[in-house]
Parts: sequence; C-alpha cells; structure tokens
Amino acid sequence: MKGRTIFGGKVEGEALVSTEPISFYGGVDPDTGKVVEKGHPLEGKSIAGKVLVFPQGKGSTVGSYIMYSLKKNGKAPAAIICKETETIVAVGAIISEIPMVDKIDISQIKTGDKVKIDADNAIVEVIK
Amino acid sequence: MELTEHEQKMLSGEFGNAKKKSMEILVALGKIFGAKNMIPIKSVQVAGVSYSNLGEAGLEYLSELAKDGKVEVLTTLNPAGMDRENWRALGIPEDFAIKQNRVIEAFAKMGIQTTCTCTPYLIGNLPKRGDHIAWSESSAVTYANSVIGAYTNREGGPSALAAALTGVTPNYGMHLDENRKPDIHFKVEAKLKTLSDYGALSYFVGTHCKAKIPYLSGISNPTNDQLKTFSAGVVTYGSKPLFHVQGVTPEAAKYEPPVETITVTQKDLEDSYKALTGPGNDVDFVSIGCPHASIDELKKVADLLKGKKVKVETWIATARPTKKKADELGYSKIIEDSGAKFACDTCMVVAPIKGRFKSIATTSAKAVYYVSARFGMLTRIGSLEDCINAAITGKWKK
Repeated sequence: MKGRTIFGGKVEGEALVSTEPISFYGGVDPDTGKVVEKGHPLEGKSIAGKVLVFPQGKGSTVGSYIMYSLKKNGKAPAAIICKETETIVAVGAIISEIPMVDKIDISQIKTGDKVKIDADNAIVEVIK
Repeated sequence: MELTEHEQKMLSGEFGNAKKKSMEILVALGKIFGAKNMIPIKSVQVAGVSYSNLGEAGLEYLSELAKDGKVEVLTTLNPAGMDRENWRALGIPEDFAIKQNRVIEAFAKMGIQTTCTCTPYLIGNLPKRGDHIAWSESSAVTYANSVIGAYTNREGGPSALAAALTGVTPNYGMHLDENRKPDIHFKVEAKLKTLSDYGALSYFVGTHCKAKIPYLSGISNPTNDQLKTFSAGVVTYGSKPLFHVQGVTPEAAKYEPPVETITVTQKDLEDSYKALTGPGNDVDFVSIGCPHASIDELKKVADLLKGKKVKVETWIATARPTKKKADELGYSKIIEDSGAKFACDTCMVVAPIKGRFKSIATTSAKAVYYVSARFGMLTRIGSLEDCINAAITGKWKK
C-alpha cells in the first residue's frame, strides 16, 4: 500500500490495530506505554515497540509531547500508520522521530500481522 | 509545497537543529492541510507552558530546542502552572515550582518574552488588521482573528514554537480569506449587560454552531472585556476560532448575514446560565480573570472589594504587567487587603489545583468547561458583582 510520508525511516514489526482514534494526552501512560483510556479498544495493551495502526489522533496538542516522552522512555511505537493524520500525532511523530505514514487503508491490517514500513517512500506491506 | 531558498536551507539543517526540526513540523503540517507555500508571520503566542501539562518530556524537548534555537519574530508566552513570585501563597509545591521555572528558562533562552499571559494583546503583542500571525491559546487566537482582524490558525504549542523559530507558517485555513466567511447567523434578541451574559452567549453560540463560523447581529457596543470573554467561550464550546459581529468586528461588513439563522432569546440566555451552573449554593473558591483580567476589570474588582474581607479562597488571575499597573494605581492594595490573592502568570485552568476545591464561582464560561472537566468542580457563573459577593459570603446568590 502506498500512502503519504509524515516522518521517514524503515521498520519491520508486529501490528497493534485500533479502530478508534487515540488521545496520547491522558490516553496513554508515558512511563509504561500502556493505553489507559477507559473503554478504549486497546485499554491495558502496550504500544511499546509495536507498529501502531489507528484512524487518527484526538485530544489536546500536549499529546505531541507525550509521544516524545514515550520515545525517551523507550516505550514508543516502532512506527505509526494512520488512516488520515491530524496535527497532534503528526507533530508528535516528527519531534519523536517515529517513522510514520498516513492515507493507508488500515482495514487491511490486523493486530498481530507482521508489517514492513518504508516510511521514506510511504510504502506499507503486510507480510503476515 | 513550494519553499523559498531560505526555507529550504532551514529544512536541510544549515541553520542548526532547532530550525531544521521546526521546518520539518511546518512542512508536514503544510502537506497535511494542503498549503501551497509558507507565509511570513509578524508574531507568535506559544502555549504549552504549564509543567503539569508538559511533564518531563516536554521540558526535555524545549531544552533540546533551546540549545541552538532563537525566535525570528516577537514571541510571547501563555500562562504557566504557577505565579512566578507568589507561588507559595497559592499553595504550589516547591518541586513543581523548580520544574516550572526550568520550562520558562528554556523559553527565555530562545528569545521568547516570558509574559505568561493568555491576553498578549493587552500587554504589547498587539497585531494589526490583516497581519499574519501564528498563535496558540484558543481564546487569544479567536480574539485576534475576530476582534482585531489578524489571520491565524489555532496552533498547538509545538507548531506555534516552530513558527517562532523560523518566522513562517504554512499558508492554509484561517490565513485564506475564502475560509473566513460566516456560515450561520445568530440574531441576538436577549439583552446583554454583564461579562457573564457574554459568557452565557458564548456557550449558546458555541454549542449551536459546532464547526461553523458564526455571524452575530443585535449586539451593540460591547466592551473589549466582553469580547475577550466571548472569544474564550465560543471557541471552547464550538471549534472555529473566528466570529463576526455586525457593526462591531472589522470583517463583518464584508458579508451579508448567512441564511441559516438562529434567534437567541432571553430564555436561551437563561437556559445557558442553567447549563453552566451546578447544584447547591456553597462556594469555596472564587476565580476572576479567564482570560486574564484587564486593568479595567481590576479596577472594578477593587471597587467591589474596598473595605471588605473575603471568606473563601479568591484568585484574581492577570498578566504581571497589568498587575504592576494596578499596583501603581492602588487597586492591588485594596484587593490584597481584602484577603483576595493575585495569581499572575497563571490561572485556575492550568494550575495544579485538582482536589483542593469543590465549588467555584467565576465570570467565565471557558473556566467552567475546564474546571469541571479537569478538576470535577461544581461551577457557578455570574457577573463580577455576583462573584465578589460569593467571595465575601461563601454563598452563591443570583
């Protein structure tokens, strides 16, 4: 699949897919990398080291700094794939230097899939 | 996106890491929102200052940028999590104060004026009509777009800072005239007198216009303070950082009232008051100054508090330069003699006060939204007179 580069890099990893938007500020614990938002489909799951797949971000712009915090704590996702990004997650990926691609049909990716991302060329490949 | 030679050089890192990182952010945002180019800006207002929101990571990011980053234009700062001088009296823990000061020092190192106010336009960061600026702080963004007629998107903290460090912002959204047309007409029949009447109106308009740009008619001669509180509320409950008022705001004359019309009756205003007010009538916290109080508001508060004593914790949030002026004019002494406290550089929305109070009285619809969402406080909204009366008696009477 071909999308749009938000931040470059080449990564291979295991997908963790959310059908719902993610709020990093208040929704993800920057120390553990776990999703803590009540009732969120990923509640209790760790995003650390995963290829995190979700439709888009939501919530406060402070969320960008939470992503930076995750990176500094070694709990950031290895890469991010979004359906359509917005400011918070895009800025967060850039300042944290997390490879990120958007404009991808995320329904083609399932949790546990092996995913190869060439964010420099905005290419996402599901290897299974 | 088309970049100038200078912008290309910033992006390639020729002018250091802070400018490179900043251009990466701006180019990515430009791509996302379909900007064709960057546009030079006259000033920046940076939000994301309170350590309680930024945390250790935010502080680290700012310190990293401060290594080689210097701002290119006039840049002012949003409120912090505490009064920089009076923090002990306001009950702020010392370790928080140390961290908060490190945040402010990082901003200062980049050449930012550490004004710590949400009303930059009252203390010297005042754009002209038609100026392109890159501001965060939604109330100031809305005031600048609507009341002043400047052009700014609703920036987040990091994107505003990126604009300050490069002097440019991607040219999309509110920077383009075609996106500033009103979509929905609010015909105001309700009588508006007090600050909180404008707060209640901002709630009504915000909740009814959602993502549309409102055009209001039937409002005559509002004060700057009334427009300031309306700006704060309408963008909190709605989302577009722009409104037009017939006969009042500078761009209103360019447009006919939109066809879609909602009439705002006296009952709508009363219902808005009810929606913003919790049960019971006990008050244990009174806070004035969201957005930060102007010198005229401080005069009015002093007049109401003269010779009185407050019974409950009372904070008057304002910009430090405004407070200095009040010191000279004698208002500060009257206010402090009553037992009320100044909260400069900060406010009830960004200070770490969770759990300290149960029930707040305020003039501001924006404050109601944040203290109930973030701190779970009960809220009462009323005029300056109502709020100061509650401060003196501990009871809400309206």
